[in-house]
Amino acid sequence: MIKNILILLTGIIAFGFSQKNETITVKGSDTMVIIAQRWAELYMSKHPDVTVQVTGGGSGVGISALINGTTDICNASRPMKKSEKEKLKQRFNTLGVEIKVAKDGLAIYVRENNPVTELTLQQLKDIYTGNITNWKQVGGPDAKIIVYGRENSSGTYVYFKDNVLDSEDFAPSVQTLPGTAAVVNAVSKDKYGIGYGGEAYAKGINILKVKKDANSTAYPPTEENVKSGDYPISRYLYMYTRSRPTGVMKEYIDWILSKEGQEIVTKVGYFPVK
Amino acid sequence: MVGGNINLKKRFRFGEFIAEKIIKGVSFISFAVIVLIFIFVFREAAPIFSPTKQTSTTNTELVQETYGEESSAASETVTEQKNKSVESSGSEGDATAKNLLGNEWQPVSENPKYGLLPLIVGSFKVTFIAVLIGAPIAILAALYTSFFAPRKLREFLKPAIEFLSGFPSVVIGFFALVTLASLFQNLFGYQYRLNAFVGGIALSLAAIPIIYSVTEDALSAVPKFMTEASLALGATKWQTALFVVLPAATPGVFAALLLGVGRAFGETMIVLMATGNAALMSIDFFEPIRTMSATIGAEMAEVVFGDTHYNVLFFIGSILFVFTFILNAVAEFYVRNKLQKKFQGTA
Amino acid sequence: MKKKIIGWMFVFSTAAATLLIVSVIGFMLFEIIRGGWGKISWEFLTGAPAEGMTAGGIFPAIIGTVLLVLIMSVAAVPIGTITAIYLSEYANRNSIFTKLIRFAVNTLAGVPAIVFGLFGLGFFVQFVGGGIDKFISGDAQLHWGQPNILWASLTMALLTLPVVIVSVEESLRAVPRDLREGSLALGATKFQTIIKVVLPNAYTGILTGAILAVGRGAGEVAPILFTGVAYFLPHLPSSLSDQFMQLGYHLYVMSTQSTDVEATIGIQYATALVLLALTFLLNFSTVFLRYRLRAKAI
Repeated sequence: MIKNILILLTGIIAFGFSQKNETITVKGSDTMVIIAQRWAELYMSKHPDVTVQVTGGGSGVGISALINGTTDICNASRPMKKSEKEKLKQRFNTLGVEIKVAKDGLAIYVRENNPVTELTLQQLKDIYTGNITNWKQVGGPDAKIIVYGRENSSGTYVYFKDNVLDSEDFAPSVQTLPGTAAVVNAVSKDKYGIGYGGEAYAKGINILKVKKDANSTAYPPTEENVKSGDYPISRYLYMYTRSRPTGVMKEYIDWILSKEGQEIVTKVGYFPVK
Repeated sequence: MVGGNINLKKRFRFGEFIAEKIIKGVSFISFAVIVLIFIFVFREAAPIFSPTKQTSTTNTELVQETYGEESSAASETVTEQKNKSVESSGSEGDATAKNLLGNEWQPVSENPKYGLLPLIVGSFKVTFIAVLIGAPIAILAALYTSFFAPRKLREFLKPAIEFLSGFPSVVIGFFALVTLASLFQNLFGYQYRLNAFVGGIALSLAAIPIIYSVTEDALSAVPKFMTEASLALGATKWQTALFVVLPAATPGVFAALLLGVGRAFGETMIVLMATGNAALMSIDFFEPIRTMSATIGAEMAEVVFGDTHYNVLFFIGSILFVFTFILNAVAEFYVRNKLQKKFQGTA
Repeated sequence: MKKKIIGWMFVFSTAAATLLIVSVIGFMLFEIIRGGWGKISWEFLTGAPAEGMTAGGIFPAIIGTVLLVLIMSVAAVPIGTITAIYLSEYANRNSIFTKLIRFAVNTLAGVPAIVFGLFGLGFFVQFVGGGIDKFISGDAQLHWGQPNILWASLTMALLTLPVVIVSVEESLRAVPRDLREGSLALGATKFQTIIKVVLPNAYTGILTGAILAVGRGAGEVAPILFTGVAYFLPHLPSSLSDQFMQLGYHLYVMSTQSTDVEATIGIQYATALVLLALTFLLNFSTVFLRYRLRAKAI
């Protein structure tokens, strides 16, 4: 009986044992997991001799993995920190190579029936640092703002902190959730919630228009506005490698930057880099 | 045995001796693991107690080479990326005692704050809610199962409730996240969808089976003659249960509570998914909290191995380990001694 | 009269508490079955995730879970069984050594899952794995010094060890004394008696212990978070140094980090349902085995 089960299992395992000769590991940003996974899926269907392993976890995870030597490529939704570059230099005597692979407009989420449609960068900063706590202060109903954010490992968190909060600390009352999807989900269920995350994730919620200051026009994060720079919070999405890509890795990255690879970017809801 | 010289002296057999030593050696693994956990979890946490070496930060900009960018791409404008705080990440922060006792948890910041207080408070708060709700229910259910339930029902009840302990915590967390959170928000109309209360309720589902099953065992361990004597003296069934059996089983119930607290305190996935994870310090049960275990679960995969943030997370792990270790030790020694004294010469 | 009312209320409250627990279990089961039933299909069970995790199936997660618990059992069941043999057959009840082992087993049972995860990362991944790498290649390339299915399984084995020990010891103690004495009287040595007489009679108990451990190991996520589990892998693990996907972790990431929580809610429920069905089957089989064990004993 037990023997039979074991035989059956080894059969199943052997079935998955198609020996691959080239493996590329990709780790990092949750924001980019969707896109990285699509790239991997399509590339492997075209190049059956290459395996691309994709793992999420956060930009911090990817960069640590790059520094710890446990991944070939790291996805990051923020540029590498100086301290991280220094660590990489200590370990591998290289500063790493930066590859810009896509662009993203950082969207501000609110629930569908929220009357507020636009905010200035200053208002956003005040909401996230705890200076504004009620919707009526920004032209909404008289209700407490429930603020959602990301875990401090995420690139989105760091980007938001640097570019919206001017590096000030988030208010402790910001609820940190482990993934962008969790933020979207929470905001879609929370009448007075507000959250931030990649534009690609926004489903079943409203996206606010954002303006640089009180006197400028507010823009939604569309491809045009992101490209032209009118939308004030857009960012690059990066891939990092330890050294200049060669061989299989070079082919893969070149393919990502090619028209075909960039088409997927658009399909997923980000904006092409070229 | 028929006649002859029976040699009662044990012959020394080398094979036997070896077998016994090997078996004894293997059984020592459990103890070795406990010691190893102590050593390794503390080892990774230790650097926060030694003064950190200031890494000499050069002020020169470290410019990375880029790949795949033609000059045409450079004409596109993108918001100026500010890299201010980015330059000093959580990796260079000092974790002094003062910093650890602070009440802000901001490990990724210009000057990282590793205040553990909100995390400790969060852990205790959610555990308190879980046990406050779970313990009475579990103990009452144990009383019902061992006293009032018809025999047929009893045989169904015990496995059914213990089946709850087979629920993977991630499933309970998921259930709390998608079902309970909205249900309670509609019911009570509080502000935060994910908060200590929802997390506590979900956590009580993990604590109930343990409290129930240990209490039930303690109740069944009460010698039969005590109940019989009580009933013979004219007490009713419920009086016997409440005033004779329950007091007699008190140490067992106490042990059940300790184990339940330990289980709730150390749980990760449920609190990670259902409490909102904001490091707030308040008494309000309907505000989000961030627990110690959830902090480790959410941040450990992201830190650079060996930096301060990483050490602090291991330090949190040590606190968790020591706390549950003490709980278990107390449950084991105190309760066993009590029970032995109580039923000495009786059982 | 007043006493009567108090008594009635007391009995009623115990019954109500019991009913509450049972109905919450029922409600949870009902919700998960209702949400996931429609999504379960052959394709779902045997397909890989596709379309950026918003479609396809959970085959890799199922296989990853199965492999994890298999490797875990290979480590935990023998060690647990031998420890149980020592405790029930050799141990002198009052010796310090025995008390130490007992205390260790109980303590191990109470260590939080996440602490096992930390230990796995600090000990298996970095100390053992990193040590192997240093020994082989001199710190240039990390191969074993990174999270993989072997380290995750060993971490899980430590977590489930107490489950095996307690369960096996119980079944060893259920083996009647006279069987042992008969064997010894016929001239068998102690070790022969254990191998030839005690263990065959406790076979069901060992199996029960193994199954309980597997049920526990299949559902835990915290210990493997940073010792080997992966978000998405296109291939099944083919060596011990590979990472793997796992059902519980899959449920966690799908419900918190997937691209589109609303669109994948069906997948989430179905994953939860598969995971529950797996643990439920395992638990149910132990109940059945125990029943057989009791029937035998009588």
